[in-house]
Amino acid sequence: MENKELTKVDLIFEKIDNTEVLKKAFNMTQAGIIQDMLDSGLKGRGGAGFPTGLKWKYTAAENSPDKYVVCNADEGEPGTFKDREILDRVSNKVHGGMVIAGKAIGAKKGIVYLRGEYRYLLPKLMPELEAFHKLIKEIGFDFEIEYKMGSGAYICGEESALFESIEGRRGEPRNKPPYPTVSGVYGKPTSINNVETLVTAMMIINHGPQKFISYGTKDSRGSKVFSVSGDTPTPGIFELELGMTVLQFVDEFGDGDTKAVQVGGASGFCVPRKKFAETIIGFEGVPTGGSMKLFNSSRSMYNVLHNYLDFFAEESCGQCTPCRVGCQQLLKGVEKVKKGEAKSTYLNELTKLADTMKIAAKCGLGQSVGNAFKSIVGNFREEIIY
Amino acid sequence: MYQVGNLVRELSDKHGRVRESLMPILQGIVQKHNYLTDEAMVEVARELDISAAEVYGTASFYTFLETNVKGKYVIRVCKTITCSMKGKSDIIQTLEDILKIRVGETTTDRQFSLVETNCIGWCHKAPAILINEMPYTELTPEKVSAIIKDYMQK
Ligand SMILES: Cc1cc2nc3c(=O)[nH]c(=O)nc-3n(C[C@H](O)[C@H](O)[C@H](O)COP(=O)(O)O)c2cc1C
Ligand code: SF4
Ligand code: FES
Repeated sequence: MENKELTKVDLIFEKIDNTEVLKKAFNMTQAGIIQDMLDSGLKGRGGAGFPTGLKWKYTAAENSPDKYVVCNADEGEPGTFKDREILDRVSNKVHGGMVIAGKAIGAKKGIVYLRGEYRYLLPKLMPELEAFHKLIKEIGFDFEIEYKMGSGAYICGEESALFESIEGRRGEPRNKPPYPTVSGVYGKPTSINNVETLVTAMMIINHGPQKFISYGTKDSRGSKVFSVSGDTPTPGIFELELGMTVLQFVDEFGDGDTKAVQVGGASGFCVPRKKFAETIIGFEGVPTGGSMKLFNSSRSMYNVLHNYLDFFAEESCGQCTPCRVGCQQLLKGVEKVKKGEAKSTYLNELTKLADTMKIAAKCGLGQSVGNAFKSIVGNFREEIIY
Repeated sequence: MYQVGNLVRELSDKHGRVRESLMPILQGIVQKHNYLTDEAMVEVARELDISAAEVYGTASFYTFLETNVKGKYVIRVCKTITCSMKGKSDIIQTLEDILKIRVGETTTDRQFSLVETNCIGWCHKAPAILINEMPYTELTPEKVSAIIKDYMQK
């Protein structure tokens, strides 16, 4: 098991000469940009962790005059707030990453899908975008970015639901395949990437893939931005090298009494104290889009689980039965056990339901409800019952 | 109730009259009038030449596209885990006391609505709320009273 010390890194917010990086990208070939992404080992920062180089390669291979680069700025996962901060502080790099992606896949259009909760950013972002458009035109790029706003729906962060929403419909996930690389927004080949992924891509073009590989582990290359909240003396946004253990993380950010860390938000995993030392934060251990919530021993893990289940029951799009009914039943089920209206063994039935949802639900929302459910019930069973 | 015909035409001129214009048009109406009336949705349907059921079906999917009466200032209190751990209940209590309404209600003068919402991306500065588009963070009962009193002066 490869594991790294906790090291702070400064790539995402690093001051760079945007014009120089974009000129460099302009003079690279399509294949050259994609090769840099493949060599860097960059995996998507939105949660699912698909290799960015492959996504670009597949989209580039599609033969279509109309292709799209979509930036996923829906950031709805409880406990993540890094994309907001990135857009606020370095929007030029987000837009820059989109232009580079556009060059790589052969797209002339980019769309940023920004969650409605972040609308207050627009008065700052629009003038920045205007200046950016001017800059890339001078360099010679033929690319244009527009913003589309969400209106308060977590599920619209799921890529195909996001496309539906852009197209003016209910944000209900589509069947896959076809994948976005073949048929994405408006049915056109689309590369959709998280805000942070796009900035990281720009930094890989700037520094070259070797510098990026020098950070992280074999399975989790590079660094990433973590959103730290909960019971911690230092809540906020931190860019850290990947590959540290939860214990190292807690030593840095805990309040001395941390009993559990929820890694990856409501759809992620709960790591209890006894597993801190053996659990690596990254694709080889617990993957995360960056959400890290610390809970100390004053917190009831029943309340945590209840809060998450309530979240899912509200945010399920309701399109498929395992998720629509499953979320409700899990929520009601733990309430019953807590009140003593159902025996503690009922939790085993609920666990089976969570497993069924993983197999039968149509999209990542329903499929991942079981992550939090099983890791909290599995590690804090007494707190759920008594 | 509000008159919406001109606004819908203006928004359609700006965003177009195709299906993907629907969200920005509905968002534009809500920005101006805080919620969507049946008349507004029928008007949009006519403008885009789609059925009113399609418009309602889309609007009802999105929590920010309100289809019930809402006040001029919609206060959304985050109820997700970190805010809930860091004193969200006290914030709600304070708001209910000042505004004399419960969660889900609108003041009789149609100035304020109070609702709960899911994580708004300010967990490191919990508890947090949105008033229309503006976030307010690291709230205490004192801080939130002062903020609301400011809005009452507006
Ligand atoms: C329910 C659900 C919500 C999601 N929300 C987001 C989100 O807010 N931001 C994001 O970047 N990806 C989100 N994703 C992942 C996207 O579907 C997609 O994988 C991602 O945008 C791809 O970008 P990346 O490869 O750069 O990570 C979500 C997925 C699911 C299933
Ligand atoms: S799993 Fe849930 S969110 Fe996903 S399509 Fe089914 S009902 Fe909708
Ligand atoms: S939990 Fe309230 S802002 Fe995230």
